[in-house]
Amino acid sequence: MKINEQIAIDHGLKKEEYKKICDLLKRVPNLTELGIFSAMWNEHCSYKSSRLHLKKLPTSGEKVIQGPGENAGVIDIEDGDAIVFKIESHNHPSFIEPYQGAATGVGGIMRDVFTMGARPIANLNSIHFGSSQNKKTKNLLRGVVHGIGGYGNCMGVPTIAGQTSFDSSYNGNILVNAMTLGLVKKNKIFYSKAAGLNKPVIYVGSKTGRDGIHGASMASASFDEKIEEKKPTVQVGDPFTEKLLLEACLELMAGDSIIAIQDMGAAGLTSSSIEMASKGNLGIELNLNKVPCRESKMTPYEIMLSESQERMLIVLENGKEDLAKKIFDKWDLDFAIIGKTTNTKNIELYYDERQVATIPINTLVENSPMYDRKWKKTKLPKKNLIKKEEFKKFKIKEVLGKILSNPNVCSKEWIWQQYDHTVMGDTIQKPGGDSGVVRVHGTDKAIAATVDSSAIYCWAHPLTGGKQVVCESWRNLISVGATPIAITNCLNFGSPEKEENMGEFVECVQGIGEACEYLKFPVVSGNVSFYNQTKEIGIKPTPSIGGVGLMKNYKQMITMDFKEINNLVLVIGKTEGHLDQSLFARNILNEKNGPPPEINLFNEKNNGESILQLIKNNLIKTAHDVSIGGIITAVSKMCIKGNKGIEFNKPKYFMNEIEYLFCEDQGRYVIEIDPKDLKKVISILDKNSVHFDELGKIIDKNMIINQKTKVTIDELKSYNTNWLKEYMN
Amino acid sequence: MKVSAIITLKKDVLDPQGKVIHKTLDGMGFKDVNEVRQGKYFEIDVKENDPKKAQKIVEDMCNKLLANLVIENYKIIEIQ
Amino acid sequence: MKSAVITFPGSNCDRDMHVALNKFGFKNQMVWHNDNELPKSDLVVLPGGFSYGDYLRCGSMASKSKIMQSVINFAKSGGLVMGICNGFQILVESGLVPGVLLRNRYLEFICKNVFVKIDNKDNPYFKNLNKEVFEFHIAHNEGNYFCTNDQLKEIEDNNQVAIYYCNNNGKTEEKFNPNGSLKNIAGIFNKEKNVLGMMPHPERMIDKSLSGEDGSFFFKNLINNIR
Repeated sequence: MKINEQIAIDHGLKKEEYKKICDLLKRVPNLTELGIFSAMWNEHCSYKSSRLHLKKLPTSGEKVIQGPGENAGVIDIEDGDAIVFKIESHNHPSFIEPYQGAATGVGGIMRDVFTMGARPIANLNSIHFGSSQNKKTKNLLRGVVHGIGGYGNCMGVPTIAGQTSFDSSYNGNILVNAMTLGLVKKNKIFYSKAAGLNKPVIYVGSKTGRDGIHGASMASASFDEKIEEKKPTVQVGDPFTEKLLLEACLELMAGDSIIAIQDMGAAGLTSSSIEMASKGNLGIELNLNKVPCRESKMTPYEIMLSESQERMLIVLENGKEDLAKKIFDKWDLDFAIIGKTTNTKNIELYYDERQVATIPINTLVENSPMYDRKWKKTKLPKKNLIKKEEFKKFKIKEVLGKILSNPNVCSKEWIWQQYDHTVMGDTIQKPGGDSGVVRVHGTDKAIAATVDSSAIYCWAHPLTGGKQVVCESWRNLISVGATPIAITNCLNFGSPEKEENMGEFVECVQGIGEACEYLKFPVVSGNVSFYNQTKEIGIKPTPSIGGVGLMKNYKQMITMDFKEINNLVLVIGKTEGHLDQSLFARNILNEKNGPPPEINLFNEKNNGESILQLIKNNLIKTAHDVSIGGIITAVSKMCIKGNKGIEFNKPKYFMNEIEYLFCEDQGRYVIEIDPKDLKKVISILDKNSVHFDELGKIIDKNMIINQKTKVTIDELKSYNTNWLKEYMN
Repeated sequence: MKVSAIITLKKDVLDPQGKVIHKTLDGMGFKDVNEVRQGKYFEIDVKENDPKKAQKIVEDMCNKLLANLVIENYKIIEIQ
Repeated sequence: MKSAVITFPGSNCDRDMHVALNKFGFKNQMVWHNDNELPKSDLVVLPGGFSYGDYLRCGSMASKSKIMQSVINFAKSGGLVMGICNGFQILVESGLVPGVLLRNRYLEFICKNVFVKIDNKDNPYFKNLNKEVFEFHIAHNEGNYFCTNDQLKEIEDNNQVAIYYCNNNGKTEEKFNPNGSLKNIAGIFNKEKNVLGMMPHPERMIDKSLSGEDGSFFFKNLINNIR
């Protein structure tokens, strides 16, 4: 087939990009070569629209062993242990086929982690659906949850936390972000950098089929009317094979046979072979006849671009082939020597004894396009003036009922009960808390992890929103007693070719960067997903932040269930009454304008560190951060979980009660303390200049908000737990 | 009329179950197997008495619910 | 006391079981499904997980693996064989205990704590247990126990039901049945009561930081009974 501009455009390349390819090669590429370029140069693999901005994120720190650029990030958790973690999107495939899309998303992120030598110890996910009124939402939700469970449960890795939201901006483009954490010894981490000449290149795992050919290009194309045509590219996941692959890889990694290893994810054999060679500044030669294929007569083009799952590429030490083969035979997996490293700095492909492609690797990687896209700044919206009289028409109890049963606040038990969250025997905080917590097997240490996003705030003001998500992640770790260490981010946005969407991206990234820098909470891995839109309308900007923290003694872990009657409840951090963009403003007042709550990084850090200090001194019984829905929502959840009530003190503040209870000022926590510790607590808070309010004391069975308003715990429970269950049945 | 339909994975779609069943059969001594593909079988009794119309109804069901056309094909194998 | 845990391809509670058995005094050995011989053991455990991906029917292909012949012989000679979750499914598929395990009633995987009642104590597993109601953890997609009426009669006549789902007071009513199991059955013995299959995972409840500690009672009692 003679290649021309139109074929390049059909591969998702731009005119100028095709011209650049011809210039770099000094000739017209053949079809296989064009396929390779289109896969490597698309947004998903090349980060061409985002690279420039991602560079600004803080990615190093004393605990960072490996920042972005590898299969996953790695942080030091002392005693020779390290945690490998990353979050990744699988949005477009999940909208087309929710079960397989979500399942292979989970499979892919687990491979990224065990490729580095780490045994996965926890999964998390952040999933976002269209409005509950949208007729597709229910099936998509069910399919995605079954897919995540189907894969993670079979792998025997607990799913310990997650986030689910509903918003009409996801009606035509759901988000499925999956995160995995793995545990590894610091001196047994494996990287993807090839080294040495004539080293055998090994293919292991499942056979190659015609799955997902051009999946990576699909992830970079927005949905349009022709969506049906894209269906055959969906991959099918096989968690059983992945479980075998995990065990086989870890068995091989226990020795010293592997020079470099890389999983075949997006753009399969193409990106894995090129990345390993590129990092090692080497060439690579592959004989495609040696690649184990599932179907007959697969062409070089198909073999290179297949996205069949559960496959790995390894550069092995010479002479270790037999030992490696034995291990993969034991686990009943395909094993083939398909090529070698060379000094040509080219990727050279052979098929039927003919050279079918030869491309200088630097043209695919270093010379890939990078764009400084036009972007538009978002002005800080004007604050709304809400008249005090307006609040009079609301009954607190009614509002509370609506807020607690709101799809974005209500209990997600229906979802996480379908995920095995206790396998591996180390889960000490289950889903439904501020963070999931797993012990580091056989030690006193524990790892806390959380995944968060705040699309509403990011949409209203991306810079503030970006900061806010990082802070929320930080608070969720602190609330369980963990010291925050680092984050991974999954940046879900609309089209970078639209100035508004690109602006949202640039400013969210800037906000994330500022907060990470200030809190010393670096970004160690992540992924960007653009083109999340249907037709012309982009989703609300949705950066998902996966935060990880360490607890040196897991027995000091804090949960959010109220513990004991007569204990005191304090609110840490100042309540100022910011209602714009709050759940109350948007859903009760129906006011969708205004700025999100402001982020004060000094307070955020100071309040958080003070909470940790209180926890270290065993002064906190229960903690929970205040997020959407305000103080009363936070406290309600603490009541529900602990099956205890609370009697609010007579307010000492100068604002309307509704503002006080439902506002969403940042940097706040609700804590429970023993009355005998009050003095000690106050002294620490005063010394650190942390503002606090005494909210009330714990009682039995009722939430007494004021003289006129009393809610029973059973009422709170029914508001909070019924919505999702009823919606799904 | 009783309409029978089978649903199978499309030709190029990975069938993890078939693959593992194949290996197990092999391990049990059934050495002559080239490939195993697993599918689903439905018997649907419809009120319609005209075979052509009955077939159409079940095809419609396959298109809309029984088969996942992203990865599966269906075939009406019997109408009686 | 020696125990053996079999690892099938796709087993994923094998390590958890190993940890639990060792914690309560067993000297446990892991055994690969493709081995022919069992090591000398006082207890053999088929662990939970997704052997062979749960493909075809849960446990069906594991029941045909090499080691199972030795496990069956060991059971037939009176040895203690315990199957947890997927291990229970393997026991059922290999015919060591009667019945089948269907998909859960609401067709969803369930991972949560449940209460179970153990009042059948005339056997090596539960003899000397000093309470009846336990809080155990379940995590399965196919735990819906079913058997024919004739089988059920035989099972009940022989007192083979080992464990029932119940509430915190030990009431075994339908509404406390998480998965649709016939008669709230969560676990069952063979006729001789040396083979036990159960859906709940006692190995996930051996520490108060985990889902609970009722698994500890079970293991402590078990090793004392074997001693």
